[in-house]
Amino acid sequence: MTAALALDGVTKRFGDTTAITDVSLALGQGEFVALLGASGCGKSTTLRILAGLDRPSEGQVLMQGRCVTRDSAAARNIALMFQSYALYPHLSVYQNIAMPLRLRHLSVAGRLPGAARFSGAVRRTREDIDAQVRRVAAMLRLEPLLARKPGQLSGGQQQRVALARALVRKPAAFLLDEPLSNLDTQLRADTRDELRALHRDTGHAFLIVTHDQSDALSMADRVAVMIAGRIEQIATPQQLFHTPATRAVAEFIGHHRMNILPQGPAAALHPAGKGLDLGVRPEDLRLQADGPLQAVVRSRAFHGEETILSLQDDRGTALRMVLRGGSALPLPGDSVRLTAPPEALHGFDACGLRQQVLS
Amino acid sequence: MIRAALTDLLLVGPAALAVVLFIFLPVGVVFGLAFTDYQVGAAQAEWVGGANFAQLFGSRLGRNALLNTLTYAAIVIPGSVGLGLLVALGLHGMATRLPRLSALLRAVYFLPVAATLVAMAVSWQMLLHPSLGLANTWLQALNLPGQQWLSDRGLVLYTLAGIGIWQSTGYNMVLFLAGLAAIPSTLYDAAAVDGADRGWTRFWSVTWPMLGPTTLFVMIVTAASAFRVFETVATMTAGGPAFASDTIVYALYREGFVYFKAGYAAAITVVFFLALLALTALQMLLVERRVHYR
Amino acid sequence: MRPGLILGFGLLALGAVLVLLPFVWMVSVSLKPHAEIFTPHVSLLPQNPTLENYRRALTETAIPRYLLNGVLVTGGILILQLVLSVPCAYALAHRRFPGRGLLFGAVVAALLVPFHVTALPIFLGMARLQMLDSYTALILPFAATAFGLFLLRQAFAQIPAELIDAGRVDGMSELAIAWRVAFPLALPTVIAFAIFSVTAHWNDLFWPMIAVTDPDLATPPRGILYFRDAESGDEPGPLMAGATLVTAPLVLAFLLAQRRFTQGLASTGLKR
Repeated sequence: MTAALALDGVTKRFGDTTAITDVSLALGQGEFVALLGASGCGKSTTLRILAGLDRPSEGQVLMQGRCVTRDSAAARNIALMFQSYALYPHLSVYQNIAMPLRLRHLSVAGRLPGAARFSGAVRRTREDIDAQVRRVAAMLRLEPLLARKPGQLSGGQQQRVALARALVRKPAAFLLDEPLSNLDTQLRADTRDELRALHRDTGHAFLIVTHDQSDALSMADRVAVMIAGRIEQIATPQQLFHTPATRAVAEFIGHHRMNILPQGPAAALHPAGKGLDLGVRPEDLRLQADGPLQAVVRSRAFHGEETILSLQDDRGTALRMVLRGGSALPLPGDSVRLTAPPEALHGFDACGLRQQVLS
Repeated sequence: MIRAALTDLLLVGPAALAVVLFIFLPVGVVFGLAFTDYQVGAAQAEWVGGANFAQLFGSRLGRNALLNTLTYAAIVIPGSVGLGLLVALGLHGMATRLPRLSALLRAVYFLPVAATLVAMAVSWQMLLHPSLGLANTWLQALNLPGQQWLSDRGLVLYTLAGIGIWQSTGYNMVLFLAGLAAIPSTLYDAAAVDGADRGWTRFWSVTWPMLGPTTLFVMIVTAASAFRVFETVATMTAGGPAFASDTIVYALYREGFVYFKAGYAAAITVVFFLALLALTALQMLLVERRVHYR
Repeated sequence: MRPGLILGFGLLALGAVLVLLPFVWMVSVSLKPHAEIFTPHVSLLPQNPTLENYRRALTETAIPRYLLNGVLVTGGILILQLVLSVPCAYALAHRRFPGRGLLFGAVVAALLVPFHVTALPIFLGMARLQMLDSYTALILPFAATAFGLFLLRQAFAQIPAELIDAGRVDGMSELAIAWRVAFPLALPTVIAFAIFSVTAHWNDLFWPMIAVTDPDLATPPRGILYFRDAESGDEPGPLMAGATLVTAPLVLAFLLAQRRFTQGLASTGLKR
């Protein structure tokens, strides 16, 4: 299957700084991919290159297997929803949604008011545009707002207008830049569901760019993790969480940062620790009276459904563990013994690459 | 309590007194004088009703001054707003490629705004001198007839309007540059994704509508300053020849302070003031209605 | 580069040359010897530049007197405006007193009144009080500046109330707070206003033509016209030297502090 949109070995430099290095990424037909990374990691640059707003310094952009590296944004038929929504403040909601179609399908003369009266072709195009605008507006429940200006809408409504403007022209791929970052918590959860449904209903290829791993993991079929301008791993959310390919991904993914026991001392937990750094998620550590790891509780923080312990093992490594339920919690200063099941251990070699840990 | 009141009076009193004495009181007096035949230095004055206004709008001389001012404004407003916009667009586009040159040209275009207009008018007068000036010398080099720039009754107002455009283009350019800088770049990105990637379509779909409020503002400001034209007239033509370049503020000066016809001058002042107020009202109305995008 | 870009740059450069033309001409004529001015072969630049015209303008004419008057009048106006406006703007921004809303409304309304409207009654009043033909006549009418009050009030209102209260707790009087806390903190606005005020009054012709008839009191633009009318076309060289000397201070100040100047003068447009 040819990808709807793909990057092949793309590098982008601005003067002396390199924003992204050798990025390859494919977005399959009808696929939902998330590009996940901290702010400043290069994901916005990647997005702008995909959309055609910036040109790569090296590498290629492909659409349906065709090279579009030199094509302008307008020539690509890719929809992009901006983080700030970028609605035209002087146009009504209706006109905002109609804009991409008018610019594509009507000539300068055809866009003049009254042109439909003189040309049958212009009239038919306009009727066609009207039908499409109303179809998308209905899909996103925007019909009552069509006559308003963006300045009169709430943040959530503006976001739906931006979605509608992106969806109206049946794009080859649909890019969303931080689509949820300007919404409050409740609206955020609703919009996640709505975006999933929209993806299912339209069948377009979706790529969302986000710094929020819950957004990425909960919505996408595949997640590309970008760190310092490079793609570290592209995998399903489950694979990303359970078998992170590099130490950097392991430390990045997860609500609580993964504990890393350095090579050597890690042998206390598992024999593989003689040659590898061992990672273990705070949720996977257990208190056990005859556990192999000796540690002292430094502090304890109660968070409602879970309690987080900060510990230090006898070799000086700082550890965290997450306990659920409230039975017999140790106190700061207590000495405890810990264990972890071998299948929950992640081994990383000196280069930070994942190595198998045998159970 | 009394101490606080005294403090307030000390802080506010002098400025408030000055505002009343030098702004509000004179405005009231001008509106009263406009309906009298008061002459400067006279012991008393008669109430003449609307006679002064009838003279301004009815006499050939009064109508001439009003019409000249409107003609002058009708040339200077589109000229200096249009050129200001073009120069601003050019310099804005140039700023990323050649920032130094762009900044230098911006300073050059703004120079007439900071310069002493009277001194520059004296230089213009010399430049346009029929025999010693550069303008006619250059015209003759091109085998074109020299012009009586400032003493030809049919030409003088256009010459002054040209100098008015020369003087105010840089000011409008600065306002347009500020307006251009305030357009979010994501709107251009959005337009590019939507299909507007060529200069002209970009301009009509983003730049021009986003400059709407700035353009309105610039036009009103230019209109207000065109109505006030005085320095160039007083320096170069004194309203002549044969009142061909007489304008409303120059007429106000001549009638009031040369001929000492205070009543008539007050009527001119009132008309001038009401025209400026109408401009402000127009601006507020349009801003409320349309250009604010709400 | 595309041809369209080159054409655009060319037009911008050509426009800049046209804008500069009267400046270049003024300086050029001021450097020309007498014979080069009165010639049928007029050229843009002087062939044998000389400073003779400047020597004559500075020693044989009243130009130095006009420049001195300009400094006295613009300086006097600015100081008077600040002395009156700073305490009042401070009170408008940071104190509550009866009539505050009314006063601020009056200031905004007064923004709409150009000086041309008030000139006639002020002239009549000063004539009645025998105050015309004096520095007072040139300075006093500008004591009331709605624009200055408005601009300073807006700037003072940005200062956090805690800072003002800290001054009060430290035992400063209200006048001391206005001058020693609010004034320095709003200095960028004060400078913008000062540039606006000095430029406007250095360049003003309207009021000096009305208020004084004594040439010894003429401000630079008025003085230039006295000079021109007296020489009646025989001495363009010294006249242009004088015009250059009158224009130079503000143009040089603009070139040295472009950004502040542009801000200060562009803010006059906000006068509405």
